[in-house]
Amino acid sequence: MSASTTQKLAMTGVWTGGAVTVLILLVVIGYVLVQGVPHVGWSFLTTEPKGGLEAEGGISTVIVTTIYLVAVTMGILIPLGVGAGIYLAEYAVDSRFTRIVRYGVETLAGVPSIVFGLFGFALFVTALSLNFSILAGALTLVCLLLPTLIRTSEEALKAVPRSHREAAFALGATKWQTIWRVVIPAAVPGIVTGVILCIGRAVEETACLYVTLGGSAGMPSSLLSGGRTLSLHVFYLATETNVFEKAMATGAVLIMTVIIINAITNFISHRYYARMAGGNQ
Amino acid sequence: MDAKVETRRLAFYYGEHQVLKNIGMKIAGNQVTAFIGPSGCGKSTFLRVLNRMNDVIPGARLEGEVLLDGRNIYAPGVDVVEVRRKVGMVFQQPNPFPKTIYDNVAFGPRVLGLNHKASLDEVVERSLRAAALWDEVKDHLGQSGLALSGGQQQRLCIARALAVEPEVVLMDEPCSALDPQSTLKIEELMDTLKKRYTIVIVTHNMQQAARVSDWTGFLLLGGLVEYGKTTEVFSRPKDRRTEEYITGRFG
Repeated sequence: MSASTTQKLAMTGVWTGGAVTVLILLVVIGYVLVQGVPHVGWSFLTTEPKGGLEAEGGISTVIVTTIYLVAVTMGILIPLGVGAGIYLAEYAVDSRFTRIVRYGVETLAGVPSIVFGLFGFALFVTALSLNFSILAGALTLVCLLLPTLIRTSEEALKAVPRSHREAAFALGATKWQTIWRVVIPAAVPGIVTGVILCIGRAVEETACLYVTLGGSAGMPSSLLSGGRTLSLHVFYLATETNVFEKAMATGAVLIMTVIIINAITNFISHRYYARMAGGNQ
Repeated sequence: MDAKVETRRLAFYYGEHQVLKNIGMKIAGNQVTAFIGPSGCGKSTFLRVLNRMNDVIPGARLEGEVLLDGRNIYAPGVDVVEVRRKVGMVFQQPNPFPKTIYDNVAFGPRVLGLNHKASLDEVVERSLRAAALWDEVKDHLGQSGLALSGGQQQRLCIARALAVEPEVVLMDEPCSALDPQSTLKIEELMDTLKKRYTIVIVTHNMQQAARVSDWTGFLLLGGLVEYGKTTEVFSRPKDRRTEEYITGRFG
């Protein structure tokens, strides 16, 4: 086969792969949005779900629970995950211990979320008597998402050129001053990407919340209230009611939420990056 | 000679590999001292030994002494941060932080605890003037340092180094990434700077060493082959290898 034929075949193959991926994405998102959006209205967003086979009412409490859960999760996750990333990227020498830590992080990233759910159920819900609660769900999500955030933060920090660190050292900065004032700011766009990824996964996660957050549809009153997130609500609507269109409507809200979160965080980190990497303010 | 910096029986190793061999020499204050030599002769390593920038490299080991104003900077108990504040450095590739011009220059003073706005403003202006960059950037100090041209970036790095008021400024091939115009500016700058600072420069470029320096050292395979007044070294080299190198027979 001639080189130009191989080239054409390869191009066709790669192009088809790309096109099919985009198509699948559009069909899935399009289907959910087309089916769901007509049922999304102001009252749907602002009334409480009333339950029953027809699932009267809307999703207000579910939205609140989702926001609550994501906020608590990220509040615990970000310091832990970024902290561990800083340790691995900046302080850890290559030793047996750090190899084990890295290996552990990689293994954890591949464990199915329901297994984290079982762990959370055993530890947080039962042993620590947190019951089905936002706190138990959040702590479980933290365990699930830590590997992802640690890895992305570590990579982002390692991508900061050595020349920046050397410049800071040469100016008499201590190691911590260098990390805090030079390395972390330069790594912010990468770390933010990791955080978006985790927020997205926290919003979409169902399996491990099913066994730690409970399924109460009421308005949460504290960290120890149970609840259901948007994705859990989709699950309950689809399996326990007759109103598939409400599940679709909730799904549509879920998708739009994720898209909006991505757009906002991308916008912020791009702006930040553009300002620091040169060009106009 | 009144030595600002002096090395005694200096040897340096990366693991088993010896990079610097028994270097004993004095560097004069308020002069420009240049080190020349072929790639891999150890001249950059030598420069980085003078402000302990090699400390962080795993497996690096140093023997002998490096004296700054008569005090060994490698003595136990010496604060490395203090050493680097006194001995600043400008690198081969301009490496401004991804911060504003102002924040780049203010970085060192801030790290040392200066937070007073008016004092910082003053330090920033003085340092940028000293690096001959003030007139070009004074109206957009809030712009990113990375938005400047290569030559301007390097002068920004010089300003950044000057802002902590060092006594010695080390320059590691500061012009090798720059165009001739920018190189000329930096060479002129060195001549001005030596009135206040002691400058040590490593360069690939023999013409540059001849143009800017008062003293020249020739390093070969980790040893200091010849060291003396620049005019002497270039017109009447004592060692045959120096002569061969500066006449371009190898390198």
